[in-house]
Amino acid sequence: MDATRAEVCAAAVADAFKDDGEIFASPMGLMPMLGVRLAKLTSNPDLVISDGESLFLAGVPPLFAKADVVEGWIPFRKVFDVVAYGKRHVMMGATQVDREGNQNISAIGDFARPKRQLLGSRGAPGNTVNNRTSYWVPKHSPRVFVERVDVVSGVGPRRAREAGPAAARFNDIHRIITNLAVLDVGGADDTVRLLSVHPGVTVEEVQEATGFDLAAPADVPETRLPTMEELVLIREMLDPKELRHKEVPA
Amino acid sequence: MTKGPRDKTMTVDEVVGELKDGMTIGIGGWGPRRKPMALVRAILRSDLTDLTLVSWGGADVGLLARAGRIRRLVYAFVSLDTVPLEPNFQKARQDGTIPEIVELDEGMFQAGLRAAAQRLPFLPMRAGLGSDVMVNNPWLRTVTSPYDDGEELVAVPALNLDVAMVHLNRADAHGNATYLGPDPYFDDLFAMAADRTFVTCEQIVDTAGLTVDTPVQRLLLSRMMVSGVVETPNGAHFTTCTPDYERDERFQRAYAAAASGTDEEWAAFEERFLLGDEAAYQSAVRAFGEES
Repeated sequence: MDATRAEVCAAAVADAFKDDGEIFASPMGLMPMLGVRLAKLTSNPDLVISDGESLFLAGVPPLFAKADVVEGWIPFRKVFDVVAYGKRHVMMGATQVDREGNQNISAIGDFARPKRQLLGSRGAPGNTVNNRTSYWVPKHSPRVFVERVDVVSGVGPRRAREAGPAAARFNDIHRIITNLAVLDVGGADDTVRLLSVHPGVTVEEVQEATGFDLAAPADVPETRLPTMEELVLIREMLDPKELRHKEVPA
Repeated sequence: MTKGPRDKTMTVDEVVGELKDGMTIGIGGWGPRRKPMALVRAILRSDLTDLTLVSWGGADVGLLARAGRIRRLVYAFVSLDTVPLEPNFQKARQDGTIPEIVELDEGMFQAGLRAAAQRLPFLPMRAGLGSDVMVNNPWLRTVTSPYDDGEELVAVPALNLDVAMVHLNRADAHGNATYLGPDPYFDDLFAMAADRTFVTCEQIVDTAGLTVDTPVQRLLLSRMMVSGVVETPNGAHFTTCTPDYERDERFQRAYAAAASGTDEEWAAFEERFLLGDEAAYQSAVRAFGEES
């Protein structure tokens, strides 16, 4: 079975959660949700997952299916409690990410009079100084990966450091996963670095799709292919309607 | 004759009659969930203006922004979920028609309401540190821990409200109220952060009826927090009011299409749904539902 790019991405998302232990995995959006559920069924069965509304799910239902067994109650007020408690790994979207790992979901252009108003900063400022945070970018491009984000919603390691020990203490930007590659903020002075390119993608392509000089080791490995077990779980169980291919075309 | 607590029932227009230009109004619910929309529509019919709005925003913010009633907006996001970007809010921001903008992290927002509810000037928090929330709101201050750790934290200021407006499933005539859906949101915090709170609900029942088929833990509001109660069936439409009804996605799509369309398209939506009273709105919504 040949894996599609979307399936490679799902396995990469799953890998971002495999060493988290027994924490609340909070995926925002389809691919993060697919990857988290895949991790729970394979590498990390201890993950605590929710329906994205107010219930902790004991089982692992397909994407957007109703819960079977419920194991807890997580209304929005308790989500904020868990953010501060710290046992949480959120994977958010990002309209912009910059070299220093700052993220923007607030507005494009000048904040006072934006060219394009987005969602607002939501929980990004709080997430990034309280619990592990990763980002999912379905379309890696120089419009997303910019030298400087227009508004800092999610705080990268350097900004956190500059804001003082209270900000840096729990700042933990873990992975940035895109349709082309896996990145982290382990470059020089905590900048964005290329960890692996997905099969069929070159380092040059990733660099061209990035609006800043990307740190990369001499030999960039390929992102691993999903196992046969993972492919069966993705295709037969978690996403039989192939919603993943709407986000990352096959 | 034994005396009981007073009857606080009123109409949506009577509630709006209690409001004044320039007030700070908190709107309960969350994004496109359990919003007191009948009260929002009543404000649209009034000439109230210069409002400071405090809301985890959905179409409540969008509608009031489009109508030019907001002088100052305090929010962490404005979204319709299935339509991620609220088009009326987006337009207002891009046209610069809301004079004062306060964008907070969504957890800071809770801390601010909690501080107000506890009559504290602020509560310390990590959220906000290092982000542009501190840059775009330069009046926000930090506070240094007086203990050995010496951590410098954000001093989230109290979000004191003149009035809170919330929508719950059931209430009695005195203002005790229950939510029957999966999430209380923050309606009790809004109520306690406000000088006065007005509750709209799907159904007013007698006090005993509130717990006859519902666990007592669902009694979110006590009458001591409440100034007025209004029965507004389908009053949260087109947002969710689980289990009474879910979001009206088809109507929401029509709203979003009109809001992102031409001025004429928006005027036609207003004409069809928003110019009459609540009864006219509900009957226009029924007619819209029958078209499908």
